Amino acid sequence: MFRRVRIKDHWGERRVFTIRSIVAGIVVAVLLLTVAARLFYLQVVRYTYYTDLSQGNRVRVEPIPPARGLILDRRGVILADNMPAYQLEVERDQVGSLEQLRASLARLAQLGLLDPGDLPHILQTVLSHRPYESVPIKLALTDQEMAIFALHRFEFDGIDVHTRLSRNYPFGPLTAQAIGYVGAIGPRDLEHIDPTLYAGTTLIGKLGLERTYESTLHGKPGFREVLVNAAGRPVTREGPYRPKLKTKLPVAGSDLILSLDLRVQRVAQEALQGLRGAVVAIDPRNGDVIALASSPSFDPNEFARGLTFKEYRALLDDPNKPMLNRALQGAYPPGSTAKPYYALAALHYGVITPDEQIFCPGYFHLPGSSHLYHCWKHGGHGEISMRRAIAQSCDVYFYNVANRLGIDRMHHFLSQFGFGKPTGIDIPGEASGLMPSPEWKRHAFKNPADQVWFPGETLIVGIGQGYMLATPLQLAHAVATIAARGRSFVPRLVIGIRPPGAKHMIPLPPIPEPRVRGITPAQWEVVDEGMEDATKPGGTAWQIGQNAPYQIAAKTGTAQVFSLRKNERYNEKTINADLRDNALFISFAPADDPKLAVAVMVEHATGEGGQVAAPIARKVFDAYLLPPPTTARSTTARSTTARSTTARSTTARPATAVPAAPTRPMPRPADRTGAARGERRPEHGMVGTR
Amino acid sequence: MILDELSPSRARRTLSAGTRALRALRLDGPLTGVLALILCIGVLVVYSASGQNVRMVERQLGNIVVAVTALVLLARFSTPQYLRLFAPLAYALGVLLLIVVDVTGHVGKGAQRWLDLGFMRFQPSEIMKLAVPMICAWYMHDRPLPPSFRDLVAMAVFIAIPTALVVAQPDLGTALLIAASGLIVMLLAGLPVSIILLSIPVLALAAWGGWHFVHAYQRERILTFLNPMSDRLGAGYHIIQSQIAIGSGGVFGKGYMHGSQAQLDFLPESSTDFIFSVIGEEFGLLGQLSVLGLYAFVIGRSLYLAMQGQDTFARLTGGAIALSFFVYVFVNAGMVSGIVPVVGVPLPLVSYGGTSMVTILAGFGILMSLHSHRKLVGS
Repeated sequence: MFRRVRIKDHWGERRVFTIRSIVAGIVVAVLLLTVAARLFYLQVVRYTYYTDLSQGNRVRVEPIPPARGLILDRRGVILADNMPAYQLEVERDQVGSLEQLRASLARLAQLGLLDPGDLPHILQTVLSHRPYESVPIKLALTDQEMAIFALHRFEFDGIDVHTRLSRNYPFGPLTAQAIGYVGAIGPRDLEHIDPTLYAGTTLIGKLGLERTYESTLHGKPGFREVLVNAAGRPVTREGPYRPKLKTKLPVAGSDLILSLDLRVQRVAQEALQGLRGAVVAIDPRNGDVIALASSPSFDPNEFARGLTFKEYRALLDDPNKPMLNRALQGAYPPGSTAKPYYALAALHYGVITPDEQIFCPGYFHLPGSSHLYHCWKHGGHGEISMRRAIAQSCDVYFYNVANRLGIDRMHHFLSQFGFGKPTGIDIPGEASGLMPSPEWKRHAFKNPADQVWFPGETLIVGIGQGYMLATPLQLAHAVATIAARGRSFVPRLVIGIRPPGAKHMIPLPPIPEPRVRGITPAQWEVVDEGMEDATKPGGTAWQIGQNAPYQIAAKTGTAQVFSLRKNERYNEKTINADLRDNALFISFAPADDPKLAVAVMVEHATGEGGQVAAPIARKVFDAYLLPPPTTARSTTARSTTARSTTARSTTARPATAVPAAPTRPMPRPADRTGAARGERRPEHGMVGTR
Repeated sequence: MILDELSPSRARRTLSAGTRALRALRLDGPLTGVLALILCIGVLVVYSASGQNVRMVERQLGNIVVAVTALVLLARFSTPQYLRLFAPLAYALGVLLLIVVDVTGHVGKGAQRWLDLGFMRFQPSEIMKLAVPMICAWYMHDRPLPPSFRDLVAMAVFIAIPTALVVAQPDLGTALLIAASGLIVMLLAGLPVSIILLSIPVLALAAWGGWHFVHAYQRERILTFLNPMSDRLGAGYHIIQSQIAIGSGGVFGKGYMHGSQAQLDFLPESSTDFIFSVIGEEFGLLGQLSVLGLYAFVIGRSLYLAMQGQDTFARLTGGAIALSFFVYVFVNAGMVSGIVPVVGVPLPLVSYGGTSMVTILAGFGILMSLHSHRKLVGS
């Protein structure tokens, strides 16, 4: 075997090593530059991206919901405020899977904390929120429920009790119709709200002013940055690393100052006790709604507290329909209360003079027809002029008026007073009523035979019957227009907004409507006098004129809710209660300087407008126009009625006591809401213009 | 400076007390100075990264004392002759200990890297980081360069034995570093370029084959390296948090002890493997580039010292120590910035921990010894 022996070449080897080392050095430099380039990329090119990630890592942003604006009546009495409540809330991504969520909810129902019937609805609500949001599943826990949950808390991951500001309505049913209520944000609300504005908020206006003025009342949420560690737990660090954490305080919602006068509202609501009906009182000088009552009412606190689906269903199914706001959602035939407007129409179009005497034999006979149109007064009124026809509500006189006017002029003229269209009040759900016309009939019916307008229908509309429908709000608005001699305003509930922190409210100016033109003062005077005579001896509402320290101008109405057969006469005693006539009343006072216009409607009354509805209006006038009665008298009356007007059907919960009205808003419920609203207390008496 | 080394007469005139001390200890001035600077930076960063843990800083100072002692002793008292004699002994001892560790680890079930000597715990694989390049240099010392095929096979065997034993621990990261230190010697010795080129497809094949061989957690590491976002909270968490820390530091950093990623525990292993991210977060791009610059100086200076070696053993050992140091730096910096898979390699001289620091400074001690014990030409 030959073995090659190589001689070590020291200089050559040294050269090889040097060259290799230099090459290695270059490789080292290139690789280190690669690392440097990578660092440059991370720290300069993508700096913002990684800063955001780092920020998101260490800081968790917690929303601070704003305190909802208060709602006060025109004298500064708080009608809606906030108070702390314990809410059961669920954070979906903390619970785990959908199955676990279902199981947890079922377990809560088993413990009696949720109603089993609500589970599908609750699940739907929870799923409609983003997984990391805390969704309320029960709005107000009682002490007992708190105790039950505390015992079983360990069973529920991601479900916990949070203290939140809940809505409180000190007067409950009394103001429910105007204010409405708030409820948990549901899937449908989420479709039209900006989720960033509602971060941390669990309640939203569902009905009434709470809904209309949602954006005003809600405010803007703030946020608080919380330092968290890698485990996601909030930390407070003692070391040198103490970053500045931002906190943005929420901006509370603005307060609403209402036109309502709680005293008048209370009287109106109490007067309707045990009846189904509505009262609307409007200041004819500016459209302020002083009272808006509907009976029976409901307790909005139960909504803020969270109704179970069953309870809600029961409220909706109640035959007395407490959820129906009769004042503006109920459309009724106005009956004889339409007569003053037809009288004005007749004078305006010159189809009759104030002094023209028309003979009322107790019936009217339309030429070419065999049908007899009866007057409510059996024997007839005899010779009768306009003033007396209004005061005594002669039907025959107005059959003649209608016959001479024709339906088109009637339709056109009464439309100016707002009949047949929504008044535009600032709460939702208003019915538009109906001021019929031949054109309307052509469109409303499918059957061509029904599309024809018959002359007899004109006569019926002439006494506010037939197709004609109006809401109590429309009646009040229209009579306010008479009171103001043709001037009118859009009815409104909110007269001012007080921004958070402000001492005084920003008044909202009244919204004037086009004036009713073409009526001379003398013509207004005739109708005025006719309405004043109605409350004088011999008038249809003579009872309420007695002992009144001011003059009331009024018109009664008794409207049939079903058609009598030909030549049939109405007999209250033989008729089904549901089919009894509605009693109506429109009025304003003082007649020489009207300050309040009141419309009253009582469904299926046992009596006529003058007997049932008129005394209610008188009480409202007294409450508003006369100095307030002594407190001792009013407190006793208060607590009973406020409660009894609540819907007390088979289904409703035992009603909780409605607190008696504080004569001054002290001690203020707002105080209970703590510092959040601390400086924002309304000053008593700072609002109100009377 | 170069003149200082070469002409004693001129050097004598400019010697200060400090330089004289360095001379007496046989230390290289510039290298020692920069290493000291890096150690100081390391202590400061460990203090911040550990959440201002004074105990950890104290222990780290202890580690430094041990490591510096090793450096000084090796530099002062070891001579190239002793080191050449010592290399095969160290290698044999290391292999023996690795076998012991593997066996006890097998008995104890699970990863076993430590050997408990009673008074201290000791990682035999660390010895190999120095013993493997030294045994290769020792082997080539008497043989002509470039190495013949036989020599290459022999060195490959020297490398393969400890590497396989460390892989079996299993500690893939250290195994790769050990293999790299040996390969560096082969490269510096003059491994033919044709073989280097040929090895690329072979390595690719080996990687493919190795894929089925490595442990599941190691496979996962490589997968998450390729796509960290695939496992945000699992294996990818380290990489993501590390890059967030570095990226959010920007050019100037968030300030000393003000890195939220490190201070709030988002960054895992912030005092050890991911300490370079803390530098990036708190001192920014400038801080990281400065540290890299110091490392580059250490590597360059070491290579320069190695090049001056008077024999094959000195040159190859020195070069391997210099370039191994670079590999540690590159693997760690590359890992935390996301261009190299996550391998448990500390940032040399900065990361908290004693074992690797002792090994590294011992290596520099050997390097300086080899350099300072030269027979000076012309003297």
